Amino acid sequence: MALHDGRVVIAGAAETTTVGVRPDISVLELHAEAARNALDDAGLTVADIDGVSTTRPSPVEVAHHLGIQARWFDGTAIGGCSYIAHVRHAAAAVASGAANAVLVVHGESGRSRVGAEVRMKDTSSPAGQFEHPFGAVYPYATFTLPVMRFLHDRGYDQESLARVVVAQRKWAIDNPRAFRRKPITVEDVLSGPEIAYPFTKDMCCVVTDGGGALIVTTEERARDMRTANNLVHILGAGEAAQASMVSQMGDPGSFGAFKRSSAEAFATAGLTPKDIDHLMVYDAFAHLPLYGLEDLGFVGFGESADFIAAGHTEPGGSLPMNTNGGGMSYTHTGMYGMFAMQESIRQLRGEAAVQAPDVEVSFVQGVGLFFSAAASLVLSNARP
Amino acid sequence: MSLPLPTPTPDTQFFWDEVAENRLNVQYCMDCARHYFYPRSHCRFCGSGDVEWRLASGRAHLVSYIINRRVAPAFADYSPIIALVELEEGVTMMSNIVGVEADPAALTLDMPLTAVFEEREGRVLPVFTPAEAR
Repeated sequence: MALHDGRVVIAGAAETTTVGVRPDISVLELHAEAARNALDDAGLTVADIDGVSTTRPSPVEVAHHLGIQARWFDGTAIGGCSYIAHVRHAAAAVASGAANAVLVVHGESGRSRVGAEVRMKDTSSPAGQFEHPFGAVYPYATFTLPVMRFLHDRGYDQESLARVVVAQRKWAIDNPRAFRRKPITVEDVLSGPEIAYPFTKDMCCVVTDGGGALIVTTEERARDMRTANNLVHILGAGEAAQASMVSQMGDPGSFGAFKRSSAEAFATAGLTPKDIDHLMVYDAFAHLPLYGLEDLGFVGFGESADFIAAGHTEPGGSLPMNTNGGGMSYTHTGMYGMFAMQESIRQLRGEAAVQAPDVEVSFVQGVGLFFSAAASLVLSNARP
Repeated sequence: MSLPLPTPTPDTQFFWDEVAENRLNVQYCMDCARHYFYPRSHCRFCGSGDVEWRLASGRAHLVSYIINRRVAPAFADYSPIIALVELEEGVTMMSNIVGVEADPAALTLDMPLTAVFEEREGRVLPVFTPAEAR
């Protein structure tokens, strides 16, 4: 059992030519560069694409910029996990024939702000009335807020967060595209500049420019593409949302949308955490992999930090996790979900900068708009 | 840069009018017998429109917090402790903790808090202080 019988695939995938610091290129051109690289990967041209998914600028603007005459659009904007949800939506579209080949594309000038939209704070929105007035205007002072409860309830401390950084940095050291590559110790992380206690600088994601794109189509249509022998099958998918604000998430020690989106992804794939060889958990900050491991069911309550400290998620470990270095070491444009998927695809295709052994099934977990939305995918290099 | 102060909407106007008078109100659902926050016309749990405003006691406890070390310039004069607090009535809200050192040693989770009202650029906001500090 699998979503659409496992016959919907990712037939091309690529990031922008470089990620990190790109003051030379606008937001729209980041989308275009990523799209052209993904099309080249599959051996396609824009004429082959009839569906476009992105967040901002709108899919209409991005389609026009690329010269795509689309008959299917998705502009679902649920923060950084949007693109993971787009793949689920695109899979349904190509399975039903509403589109033949969907381009899911992201680009963001998160660091250089070239051609980027002005970030406006609406003071009459719920967050504008009930969160921003207290100083919770930046992600590091908002997304981070529940963690003291998480740590307290499990007997964990600031060092538990530092160990997440150290484990993930080990993957980044040998990845030439990663933004932060210096080997680091728990002491280094803890003694770094404090951003928002208990978070120090290395526990927060990097801020970069970049983009990525992938092409969703059916296995049958992909038979003639350049990637025909390297297809990534979409076996399971889920999405969920919780409260629209961090302060209303209910239990701050657990993220219900992680639980529900992942449960649906596992159920549609007919798999359980034991079947997963490789895991990507959206890590804008160091607490998210801890929530992810527990809420997705890879470990039990209160076992996440010990699992990481024991080395299970590091190179050579039993569950390679965030193997590009993650948002904290690899790249984070502001919406990281596309990059989590790209690394999952590279691992499944055997093309990762730091390749984990024997990866046949990978799980991608995204989060969006702080602790608001979640999207999940189960991907495999074989159809069950 | 000025503070991003709240702009009330029709559904939240009463809450902010009352806060301006140093009173904290939350809504109560007559159908499912639960308080809820933030303010809106129908219950967030059961969808009932049979809801009313109730004056909150102001008693609360500390659920979680961060100490913001990189405050936006507009917030430089205010407490950097951003907290999740749970009111005695069972609703959680975001606020600042005032009247205490911005030091983890002074902030124990579940510590009792009391609502106080702080004027900022002519507007009043509900913030919280350790209960024993009053």
